[in-house]
Amino acid sequence: MLEMFGPENGLFALALATILAFWQCVIPLWGLRSDRLRLINMASSLAISQALALIYSFFCLIVAAARDDFSVRNIAENSAISKPFLYKITGVWGNHEGSILLWILILGLCSMAVALTGRRGKVKLPATLRARVLVVLGAISVGFEFFCILTSNPFARLFPVPSDGMGMNPLLQDPGLAFHPPILYTGYVGFAVPFAFAVAALWEGRVNALWGWWVRNWTVAAWAFLTCGITMGSWWSYYILGWGGYWFWDPVENASLIPWLSGTALLHSALVVEKRESLKVWTILLALACFSFSLSGTFLVRSGILNSVHAFANDPARGIFILSLLGIITGGSMVLFAWRAPSLVAEGGLFAPISREGALVVNNILLCSLCAVVLTGTMYPPFMQLLFGQTLSVGKPFFDATTIPLTIPLLLVMGFGVGLSWKHAKLAPLLRRLSVPCALAIISFILSLFWLNSLLASLCAGLAIWVIAASLGDFWFRRKALTSLWHIPRFMVATLLAHCGVAITILGLCGMSAAQQTVVEAHKGEHFSLAGYDWKLQNVHTVDGKNYTAQQADIIVSRHHHIVAVMHPEKRYFEQQNQSTMNVSIHTNFLRDLYAVLGDIHEDGAQTSYILRLHDNPLAPWIWLGGLIMALGGFISLTHRRFHKGAAHAAQLRRARRQASP
Amino acid sequence: MALTRRHLLTALPVIGTAALGVGFWEMLKGMKSGHFDPHAVDTPIIGRDLPDFPALEGLTDLGEGFSSETLRAQTKPVLVNFMASWCVPCVLEMPFLKTVSSEATIWGIVYKDKAERAAAFIQRNGAPYQRIGQDPQGTAAIEWGVTGVPESFLVMPGGKIVWHGSAALDKDTFLYTIRPMLNQFKEKAG
Amino acid sequence: MKRFFLTLLLLIAPLGASALDSPQERLGDPALEQRAEHLGAQLRCLVCQNESIEDSSAGLARDLRRIVREQVKAGRSDQQIMDWMTQRYGNFIRLKPVFDLQTALLWCMPVLALLIGLGAAWRIWKSPRTEIKALSDDEKKRLKTLLSKE
Repeated sequence: MLEMFGPENGLFALALATILAFWQCVIPLWGLRSDRLRLINMASSLAISQALALIYSFFCLIVAAARDDFSVRNIAENSAISKPFLYKITGVWGNHEGSILLWILILGLCSMAVALTGRRGKVKLPATLRARVLVVLGAISVGFEFFCILTSNPFARLFPVPSDGMGMNPLLQDPGLAFHPPILYTGYVGFAVPFAFAVAALWEGRVNALWGWWVRNWTVAAWAFLTCGITMGSWWSYYILGWGGYWFWDPVENASLIPWLSGTALLHSALVVEKRESLKVWTILLALACFSFSLSGTFLVRSGILNSVHAFANDPARGIFILSLLGIITGGSMVLFAWRAPSLVAEGGLFAPISREGALVVNNILLCSLCAVVLTGTMYPPFMQLLFGQTLSVGKPFFDATTIPLTIPLLLVMGFGVGLSWKHAKLAPLLRRLSVPCALAIISFILSLFWLNSLLASLCAGLAIWVIAASLGDFWFRRKALTSLWHIPRFMVATLLAHCGVAITILGLCGMSAAQQTVVEAHKGEHFSLAGYDWKLQNVHTVDGKNYTAQQADIIVSRHHHIVAVMHPEKRYFEQQNQSTMNVSIHTNFLRDLYAVLGDIHEDGAQTSYILRLHDNPLAPWIWLGGLIMALGGFISLTHRRFHKGAAHAAQLRRARRQASP
Repeated sequence: MALTRRHLLTALPVIGTAALGVGFWEMLKGMKSGHFDPHAVDTPIIGRDLPDFPALEGLTDLGEGFSSETLRAQTKPVLVNFMASWCVPCVLEMPFLKTVSSEATIWGIVYKDKAERAAAFIQRNGAPYQRIGQDPQGTAAIEWGVTGVPESFLVMPGGKIVWHGSAALDKDTFLYTIRPMLNQFKEKAG
Repeated sequence: MKRFFLTLLLLIAPLGASALDSPQERLGDPALEQRAEHLGAQLRCLVCQNESIEDSSAGLARDLRRIVREQVKAGRSDQQIMDWMTQRYGNFIRLKPVFDLQTALLWCMPVLALLIGLGAAWRIWKSPRTEIKALSDDEKKRLKTLLSKE
């Protein structure tokens, strides 16, 4: 039975997918040229069959990994018989070749989703727009499938066949990291759909509210996955790397932050297109930029241009291939933009500065400035070296000094923005409503001054409370206007959650600025005190794992003679790779993390001493909790399938429909 | 008029993308040919006088130690080589150092290593060094701006540093970079 | 080649083995220790990736940490210590680049981006406004005369 899923079948399916993607790109194009509806409608079925071929191909790779087929080079290099089964499966995308295949698979699934959605229900996706989007997605697929087959074939065979694989970096053998890449890639790749919509809009020369609706929803979907992915990555560095750090401002992390920032800007500006039919050209540009940033992230990580911890094996030859693809996709779309954008009709309502759209414009300015800062900071070192032959570093202190001053006004506007109505908002009633949140913010600012000892952190904490209070207040105010509790639009819930998520993350970051830590050299039975807790090293013993042996410490943490936690940090040794890892032990009560690491072991005659690093991290879990809440908000907003409500928008909807159906 | 301005504005992203693209292209080309190394680090010490460092103790039977003064007082260029017995590229570098030791004066500095181990290692590899100083704490290395071993510096008489390499010395580097510098010095000296 | 081996070493030595070497290296005086940590956080561990010497367990980072603490204890100013480091390792060691002609674009980026954004928004906001601006007195007079002519 499993013979059906041999590596050659996988390669064949991949090649088949390439051909299908090629036709997905060409046939509807021909149909659009010659106005033949049947050809236009073939786009959907081609997209679906391409996705099925890719699923089959990916499944073949998983089967090869699960069966320890070391005749496949990729698996021999990254897997081993002794590896736990779960990591055999997830290891498939832990390396360059497999991750590229995953990337392509997700792109195929996105095409399939475009082909399947918007067929029934209130918001229909016009057939020509769908075909145009699928043409663009098909073209991107062809490019990356060629890249995969020609330069990074995951099914390449190896001869002679080794008896065992080389194994996987133990740091990557972790459940959190195992599911991190698929989620992150879904985020990255998801931005291909708004990109395709933007190209289609330029091609068609028409942007309307319906287009805004589709772009916003696809952006929200990609954004929610990207948020999840970044959150998981940050959590991974927090508990794997073992020194309590959660964000390094490493180029690879920045490569995910840049699309996130521009994606956040995009989903807000698409909202303006949808509700007010303005900011059209800007939204198109953002959609193009967003996917270009995602792609450049992929490219930079794999080419080795950026100096990073997380980089894959570098290969300039692959780099040149991806750079050419990037040049065609990004460069081509930008040229199309320069050519077509000036002729787009800039219809749209009046733009009052005190209005919802005014606030969204400020949001876009701030988010894009943040994006520009992170982008410049990341690209400055390689470009300085290229242009002036000088090496310099841009790290955490720089980013802290430049991004925090931009985040503060962003939080301030967030509180106001949700309360403003579209078109012309009246400031006076809003200010009255906001007096309570404002008071709360000031009180929490003063309180946190005592606790955090840092003006900047307290200011951010106060502003985070401001955002939460203002969002909740606004929600409460609007809820009163509704007739029934059951009819709260999910859109409102989503906004509330996403904004509160941001604020909770900010609170977590502020709490972490008050973190305490100590490094001690401990003998068995010794006590230490940190942050009002008593930490006792009770014992250290040996533990055997599946493919490692570990030294495990028992640390008893107590407060006022009550035991709070028993922690078991480990130091694992993987013989196959001759590597050791430290496994942090974290005890959390959601208000603070107690965090313990077992370090070097000094044997000094009869006395053995252990180096321990102990941390007290207030509010640390909130950083990731906030990220998950943001993503949850995004997913909830996707379930809201309404287009517009209210008489003012009905006309707009009719116009959109009229334009949409040719 | 308004239309042209709009055209100009929408062309800006193209220009930006093109600039970045050309930059990346040059970087990749440089990485392939070896002109561009994203991991490279500038050495501020080149062209400067050598730093002051405390007198380094020698290794018995293999070579006496030296200080910054002795190095400055030399009349011929000296190739200063930081090494350690625990470093893999140093092992690879040793045979080559031995072959060029007839042509150039090489002084070694043993970086963070035990005297006996370093001595045995140097002995085993043909002892290319005329003088050897020990830097067990790595303090002298920090004065030189050394980040790891092996690293080499070419010091002219008087103490000016003219060349620095942060990789194992190989034939190409010696033939095309160091030898011309040595020859130039010889010509000048007459 | 050497860099390659360094990377290899970095991979073999656990990434997470951060600054876990000895508690003795910390300064007794908490104020001085805090200063030293602040300085250390701005110095790059040269053999690591984007980590400060405070966060790294590499031997060189440990040496540099020790030097920072010695110099802090000896009463040298932050500026002197940073200069000492840059003298030896160049600008690469500073995680926060100094403001000069070459880093001007980097440091001005936040302000520049904001100004461009605000300028563009100003244009969007201003352009429809000019169309519906109330007529000036002169224009009103002209309109009146025009209308009365008919």
